[in-house]
Amino acid sequence: MYKYIIKRVLLAIPTLFGAALLVFFLLRAIPGDVCEIRLAGTGLYADPAEIELCRDKLGLNDPMIVQFWDFVSGYFTWDLGDSMWTGKPITFEIGLRFKLSLQIAIMATLVAIAIAIPLGIISAVKQDTWMDYAVRAFSIAGIAIPSFWLGIIIILGLLIVTQHWFGAPWMPPIDYVSPFEDPLRNMSQLIWPAVATGYRYSAVATRMTRSALLEVLREDYVRTARSKGLMERVIINRHALKNALLPVVTIIAIEFAFLIGGLVVTEQVFNLNGLGKLFVESVGAQDFNLTQQLVMLVVLIFVITNLVVDILYAWLDPRIRYS
Amino acid sequence: MSTPQATIEFEDIELPKKPIPARIWDLCKRQPLGAFGAVVVIAMIIMAVFANVVSPYDPERADFANMLTAPNIDYWLGTDAFGRDILTRIIYGARTALFVGFACAFVGATGGLVLGVASAYFGGIFDLIVQRIVDVVMAFPLIILALAVVATLGTGTENVIIAITIPFIPQCARVVRSNALAIREIPYVDAARALGFSDSRIILRHMVPNVMAPYLIMLTAFVGQAILLEASLSYLGMGVQEPTPAWGLMLQGGAEEFAESAPWVPIFPGLAITLAVFGFNLFGDAVRDLLDPKLRTR
Amino acid sequence: MKRFSPKLAAVAVLSCAFGLGVGGPAAAQERGGVLNFVVGSKIPSYDGHRETTFGMIHPIAPFYSLLIRVNPDNPQSATDFVCDLCEGSVPKPTEGGTKYTFKIRSGVKFHDGAPLSSADIKATYDKIIFPPEGVPSARKAFFKMVESVEAPDSTTVVFKLKFPSGAFIPALATPFNFVYSKKDLDAHGYEWHGKNINGSGPFVFVQHQPGSFVEGKRNGNYHHSGQPYLDGFKAISAPKMAIRLNAIRGDRAAIEFRGFPPKARDDLVNALGDKITVQESDWNCVLLSTPNQMREPFDDPRVRQALTLSVDRWAGSKYLSEIAIVKTVGGVVFPNHPLAANKDELTQLAGYWTDLNKSRARATQLLKQAGHSDLKFELNNRGVDQPYKVVGTWLIDQWRQAGLNVTQRVQPTPPFYATLRKKKDFDVSVDFNCQSVINPIADISKFLGSAGNNYGNYQDQVLEDIYNELLQTGDEAGQRTLIRKYEKRALDEMAHLGVTLWWYKINPHRSYVKGWKIAPSHYLNQQLDNVWLDKSLM
Repeated sequence: MYKYIIKRVLLAIPTLFGAALLVFFLLRAIPGDVCEIRLAGTGLYADPAEIELCRDKLGLNDPMIVQFWDFVSGYFTWDLGDSMWTGKPITFEIGLRFKLSLQIAIMATLVAIAIAIPLGIISAVKQDTWMDYAVRAFSIAGIAIPSFWLGIIIILGLLIVTQHWFGAPWMPPIDYVSPFEDPLRNMSQLIWPAVATGYRYSAVATRMTRSALLEVLREDYVRTARSKGLMERVIINRHALKNALLPVVTIIAIEFAFLIGGLVVTEQVFNLNGLGKLFVESVGAQDFNLTQQLVMLVVLIFVITNLVVDILYAWLDPRIRYS
Repeated sequence: MSTPQATIEFEDIELPKKPIPARIWDLCKRQPLGAFGAVVVIAMIIMAVFANVVSPYDPERADFANMLTAPNIDYWLGTDAFGRDILTRIIYGARTALFVGFACAFVGATGGLVLGVASAYFGGIFDLIVQRIVDVVMAFPLIILALAVVATLGTGTENVIIAITIPFIPQCARVVRSNALAIREIPYVDAARALGFSDSRIILRHMVPNVMAPYLIMLTAFVGQAILLEASLSYLGMGVQEPTPAWGLMLQGGAEEFAESAPWVPIFPGLAITLAVFGFNLFGDAVRDLLDPKLRTR
Repeated sequence: MKRFSPKLAAVAVLSCAFGLGVGGPAAAQERGGVLNFVVGSKIPSYDGHRETTFGMIHPIAPFYSLLIRVNPDNPQSATDFVCDLCEGSVPKPTEGGTKYTFKIRSGVKFHDGAPLSSADIKATYDKIIFPPEGVPSARKAFFKMVESVEAPDSTTVVFKLKFPSGAFIPALATPFNFVYSKKDLDAHGYEWHGKNINGSGPFVFVQHQPGSFVEGKRNGNYHHSGQPYLDGFKAISAPKMAIRLNAIRGDRAAIEFRGFPPKARDDLVNALGDKITVQESDWNCVLLSTPNQMREPFDDPRVRQALTLSVDRWAGSKYLSEIAIVKTVGGVVFPNHPLAANKDELTQLAGYWTDLNKSRARATQLLKQAGHSDLKFELNNRGVDQPYKVVGTWLIDQWRQAGLNVTQRVQPTPPFYATLRKKKDFDVSVDFNCQSVINPIADISKFLGSAGNNYGNYQDQVLEDIYNELLQTGDEAGQRTLIRKYEKRALDEMAHLGVTLWWYKINPHRSYVKGWKIAPSHYLNQQLDNVWLDKSLM
């Protein structure tokens, strides 16, 4: 087991290094840099000497190899550098947004679980009936609706409905308050994107619940339980669900990891100051330092989640360890 | 999908021989959602192919005398801020969406098939390197890839296709590889090798047919995903560009500002995307049900 | 005009009646309350001297004072400058227009309690005009005429010029020229103000949550007596236009200071009636179409003339002003300025003729002469909807109507600017000139091939000579004649750049916001010291 874990951890290193290499060169392949955007992008005078000075100060005129070394060596000295746009430390910029992104990811995952498990069970138990079809159509519709479009409709709908009913239009707050400070205001901002996102991500988990349950329901011990005359509900709750849960939990864990950095569009539409919005802004400003670290964070979360899932599976199923 | 059970002969799933209409009807009864999806898909294909015949106006020509007209007898779905007919732009948008959807799905899944089978067959250091590259690309945020592609190659439909296809290849490669690995362990591959058959013959004759099921499942699933990704990229300003008609583009910018006084501008393209992706996903699910033995009712 | 509701018309008339301002007599101001407003761009550093974005001006300007500023009660005027930290009125120059002597207010304090004196103003302007090697200063070029800044005593600052210049006072009033404390500059160096705030403005910095909001509270020691009226403000970041618009509708914010498209204004007024007040103004920003003269056939003036002759600006103004933040037809100078071309002068220029058919026929003829009857090219554009993509799509349609085959390449901001500045691999590009204080003589340098922000890749000595003569000309009549000559050369004879339409600023806001008056630039009049909230309307 330890050997397996060590092997898996070592395999993650080339992945991280490859990602670092890829993001570093991809960003620099994109024409334009932060100094041009900062000084020429507003349509005001753009003194070429000022732009050159800005590049010098940010190290953009250094040889590529030096810039890459600055980037990678930061991981060994625990200095991730400063944002090229604001000049503030990247750990500060990311830390500030991480709270919100984490909260949204947790809330959306809870919503997804609340939708997926019951619907998945219904769909499996009532396989190939109209209820199964309705459930599947509902959950696939969740993937089909573009998230940016849903967001606009939610906000505009809230404004129109509240004005119609209460006389004054209401929309969710557009700036973040910590849930420990003002839970009500916090929830009134985040519940909408959480439901929209949770619904969207419930689709895959619903399908996984359905198919895992269907598979288990065909296993011998379920047949035995049935032949013993146990009630169908007991069979499903006690025996089948427990065994079907592992792949469902896995898929939810992987999606949760993705949600932390992946809500690029949703955060835009709801004006949430999370990692996704930061990401779009730093890409838009060609803030190399910040973009690199955000990409590495997303990759790291992805790698760790997969690692944990693999190790968990290996622990549960010894065959994997030795293959 | 990673278990050896997935190693099935493609021919396994052939339906009993009956006249073709009757077989289609049977299938529709077994898969009513999939049948609905197929109808949407076929309707979309017809719309796209005959766009220039069925659409009433020129999709790109601005007509400032008819800016933002509400739906009426001349303009069934109204006009946008440049006076262009929204129905026409949705029909032509189907062309863009389908072209992107099919191109990305085909190239992505086929690339994944080649890479996955090769990786499984040759194994060793080749497999290790390919798998690390697959890891990197799968973990990498799509938006950066898309921006890099668009910024270095320029915007335009072809470059959007490249941007969307790149992350598809490793997804498919991973699934195909795990299926192919299982086949590789089966004695007949060893037997074939012992008989001195060439690598390419073994791969083409024995391994590829056996991973067709996951390949087709991935392929159909990718079409819907690609359509949605294209719309999202266009919406973020990194996809197809004006004046080319594309659904995501129609939802961008002005559409949001006009959402209340001219609701037809954002609503119809949004519905078009939703319906198309819905249809392709239902169709894809049906294909999965038919091809994946674990889900088949016995 | 079916889109204009009677309600909207009423509000629009109301604001026009006050010369595009709102707010009645100055006596009625109420105290208290916090103003929430939305900002559509992000904050780089806090250092005004080195930044160029309104994303920094809107949240940070209320913390600082300026030496002189655009009159906050009459910001529509291009020539009405008033003292902020100086005393009395803005001084007239002496010694043949080369010496300006400012009396500085006494008793002004920085937020940290230190008194403000002429030494602080000298240190500030020395940093802006004569920065030490390696210290950035974005608008150093505004002050080419300045020879020295002196502070002979604690309440006097003297600017000595190398030559008399009409561009000096507007440059001085630029809203980025925050006055810093000499003590801070001496003690912490030139980088400190990028991350720290210590001004003498109407509001004191409370906190900044990057990406989310900036908060300020009332400065009890502010030097304009009785001001500010507000207890504080909160500048909330909202990069998406739809969110900013809905925020005003849902009263999460009372105002947005940059500008909304006309449809957005109509929607707000339709939904909220007299709870919304609309202020509108011409805007000191303009989109241009720039042919790349490094490329065939755009090195041929006939081809460039044909491009501008094909565009129907008068009809475009009518249509685009309904869907985009552009409206006014104008030449090289901001349309409302005394130095700008009047309509008679404009209609003499290529592309501004009143007879479109004649204009397009001339274009066809010119292209034929140049041997490019079937001209085909690509328009480079920036991936920003308002107004770039709208104007770009309109331009393409205009050119197509004239028989040209034009496609569009839209790029995100970074590669867009790289194309203009570094790669230069475009045929014709949408281009942008946008300045803060209206300073025509400085603003029109954009059209010079030698300017740092000119992307046409040409050298035109005739144009440069006219400009140099203009720089040395003191009287307005002389300036006006020279600018007409310059305009004719740049837009007609050589057709270096095509001016499309000037922007039009529309600020619909909650009616309870009083005292803020729209300026012809989103950079101006943002200190908020005279803004107050009418609680009876909340």
